[in-house]
Amino acid sequence: MASIIEIKGLTKSYASGFQALKGVDLNIEEGEIFALLGPNGAGKTTMISIICANVRPSGGTVTVAGHDIIRDYRGARSAIGLVPQELNTDQFERVIDTVTFSRGLFGKPRNDAYVEKILRDLSLWDKRNNKIRELSGGMKRRVMIAKALSHEPRVLFLDEPTAGVDVELRRDMWKLIGELRQTGVTIILTTHYIEEAEEMADRVGVINHGQLMLVEDKTALMEKLGKKTLSIMLAEPIEALPPELADWDVALKAEGQEIEYLFDTRAERTGVSSLLRKLGDLGIGYKDLNTRQSSLEDIFVSLVHQEKAA
Amino acid sequence: MNGPNLRAIAAIYKFELHRFRRTWLTGLLVPVITTSLYFIVFGGAIGSRMTEIDGIPYGAFIVPGLIMMSMFTESIFNASFGIYMPKFTGTIYELLSAPVSAMETVIAYVGAAATKALIVGFIIFATAHLFVDLQVAHPFAMVGFMLLIAVSFCLFGFILGIWAQGFEQLQVIPLLIITPMTFLGGAFYSIHMLAEPWRTITLFNPIVYLISGFRWTFFGKGDVGIEFSLLFVGGMLAVCLGIIAWVFRTGYRLKK
Ligand SMILES: Nc1ncnc2c1ncn2[C@@H]1O[C@H](COP(=O)(O)OP(=O)(O)OP(=O)(O)O)[C@@H](O)[C@H]1O
Ligand SMILES: [Mg+2]
Repeated sequence: MASIIEIKGLTKSYASGFQALKGVDLNIEEGEIFALLGPNGAGKTTMISIICANVRPSGGTVTVAGHDIIRDYRGARSAIGLVPQELNTDQFERVIDTVTFSRGLFGKPRNDAYVEKILRDLSLWDKRNNKIRELSGGMKRRVMIAKALSHEPRVLFLDEPTAGVDVELRRDMWKLIGELRQTGVTIILTTHYIEEAEEMADRVGVINHGQLMLVEDKTALMEKLGKKTLSIMLAEPIEALPPELADWDVALKAEGQEIEYLFDTRAERTGVSSLLRKLGDLGIGYKDLNTRQSSLEDIFVSLVHQEKAA
Repeated sequence: MNGPNLRAIAAIYKFELHRFRRTWLTGLLVPVITTSLYFIVFGGAIGSRMTEIDGIPYGAFIVPGLIMMSMFTESIFNASFGIYMPKFTGTIYELLSAPVSAMETVIAYVGAAATKALIVGFIIFATAHLFVDLQVAHPFAMVGFMLLIAVSFCLFGFILGIWAQGFEQLQVIPLLIITPMTFLGGAFYSIHMLAEPWRTITLFNPIVYLISGFRWTFFGKGDVGIEFSLLFVGGMLAVCLGIIAWVFRTGYRLKK
């Protein structure tokens, strides 16, 4: 199957000399929801901005729907809708005017019925005659989505659609994105939140320091993320792990005062109770227990370690 | 989509005119009031002492200069704000991401700003009729000249708007360069009235050729030959178009 977006060897050095992207290769399939995860400054916005012609690439190529973003920019850009990270709107324009404007800007003939449909879908129809500055932040974000959808793009970029949005609105946003995918639009979104990727994405890419560290099916990634760490605070510190514990994935921490056990929450037997029983048999007492979900950060750390080892 | 994106040009043009319409009252009142003030001060106070220049009543003599002066500043302000504001508010992201060529962008923004500058020019022309008797020798040339001036200065303003990194820079060029050059460029006097070496020095001011040319369309004569005036307008147009072409080829200050 042809990918709707093909990125090859993409690099970006800003004028300051800072290298924000260090050779990214990525294909996005038509109709999928792809979540790009990464910490602040990882290069997510830079990557999106290059594809959407807001930043010039330093090297590499990108095609959108088969059109090179530079040589055949009209073809490429016609296929894209962009909702940037910042809330940038024309404060004095009316909602309906700004959406109609976007459609024209992308060369599409006027279609009031379609604009009405988008505004209704985004619960903005009642506000259509309001100036944008009269709207709340969440509504402004939806106006920007309406603008991006106004020209019927095949690919929609959402750069941190739920940043600074309350829990309820975040749920709404997730629902909305799910509905958009039903219409066949390919969606690429960035986020800091693992649960957001978990909720919506088909595939997840993790980017850090300008490099794509992994691209995986969500289910495969969730398996990695499905690990939990059990910390057992010991009553008395021990010198070394008794050999009887070799069956469990345990490590001695905090100068012998703590045993850490990594287990899979989805496994039929997590091994937690048998481990605790074993400890009792061995006469190792403990004063506290504590479990922790592996976080995105843990994944980063392990990825960075792998990188260094390689 | 094939061929030029005419709908985008129409959309931007409409958007810009809509922006002007939000302040249409001040937009119209300002030229009317300033023109009247100039007539009262220059026409009334000074004109009564110097009745004629080159055989033209002083009141009528200053009309082309007045129109030019307002059109210079209107063109530069409107075109520079038109492209600077999206940069400033961040809404430029959409323009950059749209299937719009550099040429189409320029046509739309410059077209809209030039439209407003022309309207202001005609308002001043009409207001002037309230104060003085005016006959225009070459009406078509007059309109054509206004159009060329509007387009040239809007192109210049557009470049300024792209280059500027703050509101101050937008104001500095028109107020500190163009307005003084207009005053010194014979908007309110004939450069023949100057003594040497000022007269020769004045000839290095390109505005002289623009005002002189416009005055020619009114009275059939100017400070310099009309062919020199046309040369300067053409030259200015060419230089601005060249800079714009370069700006867009390099993405200078629009893209990071
Ligand atoms: N115009 C610029 N000039 C110089 N460096 C820049 C510029 N824009 C971004 N950078 C740098 O490039 C790196 C990547 O930035 P980018 O905005 O792509 O990160 P991000 O992954 O989107 O982060 P966030 O999650 O905070 O939005 C950062 O270190 C940033 O400081
Ligand atoms: Mg970002």
